[in-house]
Amino acid sequence: MTPLLKLLFKALYKGPVTEAAPDRALILELAGQIDAKAKIKLGRSLVVRAVDAGSCNGCELEIHALCNPVYDVERFGIRFAASPRHADVLLVTGTASRNMAEALRRTYDATPGPKWVVAMGDCAIDGGCFKGGYASLDGIDKVVPVDIRVPGCPPTPTELLKALLALLESVS
Amino acid sequence: MTETNYLLRLLKDFPLVEEHRPWARRIVDFDAWMNIIEVLAVSDWDFLGLWAERQTQDNDRFQIHMSLRDAENTTVVVITLPLDGLSYPAVSGVRPGAARLERVVADLYGLVALGAEDMRPWLDHGRWLVNHPMAEAEAREVVPFGYDFLTADSEQALHQIPVGPVHAGIIEPGHFRFHANGETVVRLEERLGYVHKGVQALMEGKTVQEAAKLAGRLSGDSTVAHALAFVQAAEAAVGIEAPPRAVWLRAIMAEIERVANHLGDFGAVCNDAAFALMLSHAMTLKEKLQRMSHHVFGHRLMMDRIIPGGVAVDINKEAARHIMAAAREVRKGFQRLSDLYDDTPSLLDRTVGSGITMASLAHRFGTGGVVARAAGRAIDARKNPGYAPYGELDFDVPIEIDGDVHCRLMIRAAEIKESLALIERFTDGLPTGPLTRALPRHAGEGMALVEGFRGEIMTWLRLDADGLVARCFPRDPSWFQWPLLEACIEGNIVADFPLCNKSFNCSYSGVDL
Repeated sequence: MTPLLKLLFKALYKGPVTEAAPDRALILELAGQIDAKAKIKLGRSLVVRAVDAGSCNGCELEIHALCNPVYDVERFGIRFAASPRHADVLLVTGTASRNMAEALRRTYDATPGPKWVVAMGDCAIDGGCFKGGYASLDGIDKVVPVDIRVPGCPPTPTELLKALLALLESVS
Repeated sequence: MTETNYLLRLLKDFPLVEEHRPWARRIVDFDAWMNIIEVLAVSDWDFLGLWAERQTQDNDRFQIHMSLRDAENTTVVVITLPLDGLSYPAVSGVRPGAARLERVVADLYGLVALGAEDMRPWLDHGRWLVNHPMAEAEAREVVPFGYDFLTADSEQALHQIPVGPVHAGIIEPGHFRFHANGETVVRLEERLGYVHKGVQALMEGKTVQEAAKLAGRLSGDSTVAHALAFVQAAEAAVGIEAPPRAVWLRAIMAEIERVANHLGDFGAVCNDAAFALMLSHAMTLKEKLQRMSHHVFGHRLMMDRIIPGGVAVDINKEAARHIMAAAREVRKGFQRLSDLYDDTPSLLDRTVGSGITMASLAHRFGTGGVVARAAGRAIDARKNPGYAPYGELDFDVPIEIDGDVHCRLMIRAAEIKESLALIERFTDGLPTGPLTRALPRHAGEGMALVEGFRGEIMTWLRLDADGLVARCFPRDPSWFQWPLLEACIEGNIVADFPLCNKSFNCSYSGVDL
């Protein structure tokens, strides 16, 4: 049997690795809310554009983790887009470095409304450990309006998932 | 008489700085600096880094440091040139890896590298409120600089493709400017600096404990390796060693970090060749390691677990079993993936022969890590100069010679297996004893070379009389890998750029600082 067949058979036999989100009841309830509210506003899906505005790339690792089969964020109707033109949400990491401020602003302007901004991680919220330098604006709210803040250094994928689901809940 | 010896002999006549550890630092004059540049043109010495700082005796003046390693990888030396004015002779003419570092020195300190070919600003995009933030900062009006990208001339019509700073994927920001002839790349030029956070300036005046946290956030994926390089430099500066148990726990964390990142890269490179299945499986294995790290060390990336003088967490028997089980599981799972890779011709068709880097170029740029080892350049800081606990162990450093995307994947695959074995050996033979040793607070200069998953990290540190950070220069391996990416993409098709780029996986934050 070829290695590819072996892997596929194993997947069939063992089932998916995707796990239920931490609190199953909460997630089912939240998932229900996605259905009800997002149907109206978002057509049951939330398209996210990630922007690094001066992070250490730790947050990016956890966003990648959120897309892995264990968390499988797409099952909630949340997916990542390559262009801000296709996005409902900007997921912004980093301190808002002065060198990235304009690019962040332009990305925001390129995103069609209605749109929401998530500040992911301590530095996106207020500069975190990079606060007070000549090169940083200490928080992305100096550049774009922020709707939801996810603290952590970096926030875990579960925390990020909760925040995105909560955002869906508040979209009404 | 080799040139190597000549350089050492030349340096021997210049004063040795007593408090610099573990390697020598010598203060040279202008003529000797010129001589060294001349010798470097024909010698094998590796260029490790170049940085500036204020003179300790006279705060209004500056000095330039350059670190080098001799061809046999046995001697590391720091050479210091005290400056009277605001310029120094450029090193980039003989060691092109120095070019961007010279531009950084110009941006942050206003010191000019005389004779340098490229004097365009690098980190400074004209968006800070001050000039030369690490020297005599002057307030200025914010007018973003334009940037003169290099051009390409051809009888055929070329077109330009600007990419970034905001990229299509979930990655860090940077700008790539392609000149292409149809699908073929004629020239790629990188413009980085977008995530510059001023970390070097932020570190100054901090305690080593606070600065270690910043070191752990120079590049989040290398948080363990950067923190390790920083604390080793700090411990060298004050002349202590961390207790054996801490040293081994640090090594366990460093190897877990290496395996986790290599798994992610292995999957992501295949994904960029449109083989998404590999990414899913590799990321599932990586997730296992991150969860184990969270369970055992209390953080998914193991941030802030390595502290000056030791480590912040201990592991018990149950945790050790957890580490062993994860290592076994990942080994078994990864074997399936590496079999799958070998058995998928459509994937190999994309990776074999794409993005070739030459060993000669890797040497000229002082490149280390996966990129260099895939091109036949056998350097690994764990072996040479070596540091505890690796010195006591026998392990393989895999080498490939073709330098293409495929070889870089093969290096990662071999290192995953080797590092899993190291994790098991370290966990199994973990010495008992204390976790930390108190750091005396006094002046000193320390330096460390640590092998992160990308390659060799060099960190240089000066502590003042109160034991606070006076100057820290952390040099990420990406400094000498980014320029090779520009070279290796030439002649490849634009569509293979993501593949080549991912097979390098250079850090933006690590070089933007």
